[in-house]
Amino acid sequence: MFSILRTLWNILLHSFRPRVTIQYPDEKPYLAPRYRGRIILSRDPDGGERCVACYLCAVACPVDCISLQATEDEHGRRYPDFFRINFSRCIFCGYCEEACPTYAIQLTPDFEICEYDRQNLVYEKEDLLISGPGKYPDYSFWRVAGVQIGGKAKGESEREDAPADVRNLLP
Amino acid sequence: MKIFVDNRPFDVHAGQSLLQACLTLGFDLPYFCWHPAMGSVGACRQCAVKQYKDEADKRGRIVMSCMTPVTEDLRISVKDAEVSAFRAGVIEGLMISHPHDCPVCDEGGECHLQDMTVMTGHNYRRYRFNKRTFRNQYLGPFVNHEMNRCIQCYRCVRYYREYTGGRDLDVFALRNLAYFGRYEDGVLENEFAGNLVEICPTGVFTDKTLKHHYTRKWDLQMAPSVCVHCALGCNTTAGERYGSLRRIVNRYNGEVNGYFLCDRGRFGYEFVNHKDRIRQPLARKNGRLRPVTRSEALSQLRSILSGAKLAGIASPRASLEANFVLRALVGPERFYAGVSEAQYRLTAAIIELLKTGPAHTPSLREIERSDAVLILGEDVTNVAPRMALALRQSVRQAAFRLAEKLHIPVWLDHPVREAAQDLRSPLFVAATHGTKLDDVAKEAFHAAPLEIARLGFAVAHAIDASAPEPANLSEEMRALASRIAEALKGASKPLVVSGTSLNSQEVVDAAANVAWALCRIGKPASLSFTLPECNSMGLALMGAKPFVEGMEAVRNGEADSLVVLENDLYRRTSRENVDALLATAQHVIVLDLLANPTTAKAEVVLPAGSFAEAEGTLVSSEGRAQRLFRVYAPGGDVQESWRWLRDMMAEAGRQEATAWETFDDVLGSTAQAIPAIHGAVGAAPPATFRLAGAKIPREPHRYSGRTAMLANISVSEPKPPEDADSPLSYTMEGYPEQPPPALTPYFWAPGWNSIQSVNAFQEEIAGPLRGGDPGVRLIEPRPGNGYRSCVSEAFVARGEAWLLAPLYHIFGSEELSPWAPAVSELAPQTYVALRPDDASRLGAEEGQEVEVQWNGTAHRLPVKFRADLPAGVAGLPVGLPGTECAGLPVWAKISKPL
Repeated sequence: MFSILRTLWNILLHSFRPRVTIQYPDEKPYLAPRYRGRIILSRDPDGGERCVACYLCAVACPVDCISLQATEDEHGRRYPDFFRINFSRCIFCGYCEEACPTYAIQLTPDFEICEYDRQNLVYEKEDLLISGPGKYPDYSFWRVAGVQIGGKAKGESEREDAPADVRNLLP
Repeated sequence: MKIFVDNRPFDVHAGQSLLQACLTLGFDLPYFCWHPAMGSVGACRQCAVKQYKDEADKRGRIVMSCMTPVTEDLRISVKDAEVSAFRAGVIEGLMISHPHDCPVCDEGGECHLQDMTVMTGHNYRRYRFNKRTFRNQYLGPFVNHEMNRCIQCYRCVRYYREYTGGRDLDVFALRNLAYFGRYEDGVLENEFAGNLVEICPTGVFTDKTLKHHYTRKWDLQMAPSVCVHCALGCNTTAGERYGSLRRIVNRYNGEVNGYFLCDRGRFGYEFVNHKDRIRQPLARKNGRLRPVTRSEALSQLRSILSGAKLAGIASPRASLEANFVLRALVGPERFYAGVSEAQYRLTAAIIELLKTGPAHTPSLREIERSDAVLILGEDVTNVAPRMALALRQSVRQAAFRLAEKLHIPVWLDHPVREAAQDLRSPLFVAATHGTKLDDVAKEAFHAAPLEIARLGFAVAHAIDASAPEPANLSEEMRALASRIAEALKGASKPLVVSGTSLNSQEVVDAAANVAWALCRIGKPASLSFTLPECNSMGLALMGAKPFVEGMEAVRNGEADSLVVLENDLYRRTSRENVDALLATAQHVIVLDLLANPTTAKAEVVLPAGSFAEAEGTLVSSEGRAQRLFRVYAPGGDVQESWRWLRDMMAEAGRQEATAWETFDDVLGSTAQAIPAIHGAVGAAPPATFRLAGAKIPREPHRYSGRTAMLANISVSEPKPPEDADSPLSYTMEGYPEQPPPALTPYFWAPGWNSIQSVNAFQEEIAGPLRGGDPGVRLIEPRPGNGYRSCVSEAFVARGEAWLLAPLYHIFGSEELSPWAPAVSELAPQTYVALRPDDASRLGAEEGQEVEVQWNGTAHRLPVKFRADLPAGVAGLPVGLPGTECAGLPVWAKISKPL
């Protein structure tokens, strides 16, 4: 008997508490910048594609929903020929972002990607690539990598000496 | 012998290094400069262990395990804190200038340096100063160069210069700037340069053909395969992604190829992806070949097959099973071997020689261990390349003997080389021109085919006087023959190498006589013959009739329709012969992979599966039957030749064909019908084989993208294709245990992602694979006697004509590999080779065209000087487009065109 009265009393008290439910979609919730939502591919500060098609996101993916093919431009800069994420399989775990050595793949605080047709949840590179650097505005993998690309010759990366003269035998 | 590792006793074999023993026992001991095929040099200081005097010794001392022989009651520690810190320190030093390249490095994911770095626990860079850098070089279409990644282990130059005898890769500069490359940019000259990709512990040398369609090792769907680019049957691992073949790597087989492949085998695979692949059935309508559906093709075949008198042309590059179903379709009476007349006779003779004579046919490993070699009439480097590498190692046997005498362990590479200097076991080369093995040969003899045969007979006679002696021998040749005979007699494992290259029965007979003479005086001589194609031996064992009889049968109406299996007939005989044959036959049905002149004349063309899309058994020139497996299920209408032929049988209303559901059914019938190849059944476990109840996955357990790779076509993932023909599956699920060696799709062991994980698959390092090296030998000798009678007629140069001898090119002479862009880049244009004095007699400069007439046809060919040709002999490259070369050598008239 007492417990029933206590329950009624508690319910009554709750009706005066602030409401947690918000009127989505008229009202948008706050999502932290590190929220794990829709995946994007970012660009480096120079505007080039950040993704170097290393396949680490694909292998880290526990549901195997990322597939890509590496290719190279005429100067040796590697990039994905195609890059596909099947969002109907994605579990938004963020392992791909964690595995990415170039900060190319990032999860964003956008979750509004529902579709009536599952096929529309297959995103290609054109759908994924954004125009900016995302969460990491300054990093460029090519500035620290040792390979040569268009606009950066050997020895021009950070903390690199000029290429050695291999004909020189001076100590 | 007993040793103690971390106070646990282990039994190991004597005579090996401690590193080898530790790896055999399964310890994860890092190393760089050591390679099982090349021995120890102690350069990288990475394999340090702590050695203790006795049980009471607690301090111990750090030793390099690769430089320490195992001794009785040796006590070491691998786990000791001090030695672990030492190894981590060494790797930290090696990594100082290693660039931040792993994401864009082709070695990533199968990098020995990555594995070793993880193994030692070095995971954070403390070095804060500048890295040294280098410029890269262009090294040809096969190998990519990225020198920044080098850790100076010296493996590449040791392999390239000391193991393969290459001259154009070396080390330049000094200290931390040591540079491994060529003097200047250019194509690497050695035929085994592709192995640098596997030798290099990191990404300095990587596979350039893979770079064009780059895929990580973990993403490849792989299957055990056998190289189809020559008759040696090297074991390979072929990898596929997104429906195209991505690369070939070596698959260790202790008896056959060991750790190395040749560049033709490694980089010739891209013919599978060629745009001219026949991918759907073609049928002739109104004089033109047009694509038709499978059912249209089959219904057309049904109308052709009803009432037709079929003749079948079998193929030396198709599997035993495909050839067998063809034999069943056309009947053994009309089953003809699609090889040239000379090749047909020679392969039959070779099998006869190997089966009746006392000399046995050696595996490549046995060739490597021969201590005296006579090569008769073969340019081994260009015909059977991997054998040339084995022969090059065989000359080191003398050095190993000397080392044993001096109590130097044979695996201690530099001391052995220092002690031996130029000491080599005898190798004699008798060929129509200079070969790449001449540099390690004791003597090289360049002469016309007949003279080579006469030399062989003379050697046999010098060994055993009861062997026939050729008449009218010159004094020089007699002296040379006796020198060769002495060297062979003084050896404990002499070897005679010959083959079909010169199309000469006499040369083959002479080689047999030498080996038999050695056997007769009590030497365990072996006799190895090179053959032209991957299943030449298998086809010859099947007992097909000669091609000329097939042409005759069509001409006289015994047969009116032809079924041609994976064979370009224009490579087998003269153009008129094939033209006449194809014109006389009412119906011509061709099964092949690539469009060629024969498919162009066919009425129906069926798309056959390549080695990567079909399973089959091939018999190598050693007589070893080996199984290759489908790497991926081909899309569309492409299917195995045996399935097409079976479907044709079913269309023709032949009931027995309905029993051949799976590969094992066909293999069973093949083995039953042809006793000579009965052993082929044992080449690999049957399709019912299971490992802990599961099939063996073709995909590594890290295979990625399964739910996305086909999502662009349909978001609902299709069921993976099923494979009823083998115990392998097209998935990544399976029991994590090592499969039997014939079924190992790829080498991987925990902590060992690189190709060096093969250590974990061997019974003993560099020994046989666990469970025995794959393959079944089908030919064993029977102690016979009697010699082949010899030729006595000497070769006489004719003033007005030249004997046109065949010249082989590793890149270009074989049929399939030139379809790969990288190989075709290195294939020469056709030419005629003349001695400079002959050319000047004709008034022709190098590069100028001359008219060469043989067999009634005239060809205009540019001249190339070759001073190493004997007088009266000219050379013509085999297999290059633009010349007919079946039936060489022939006499040709050469004149300068007006």
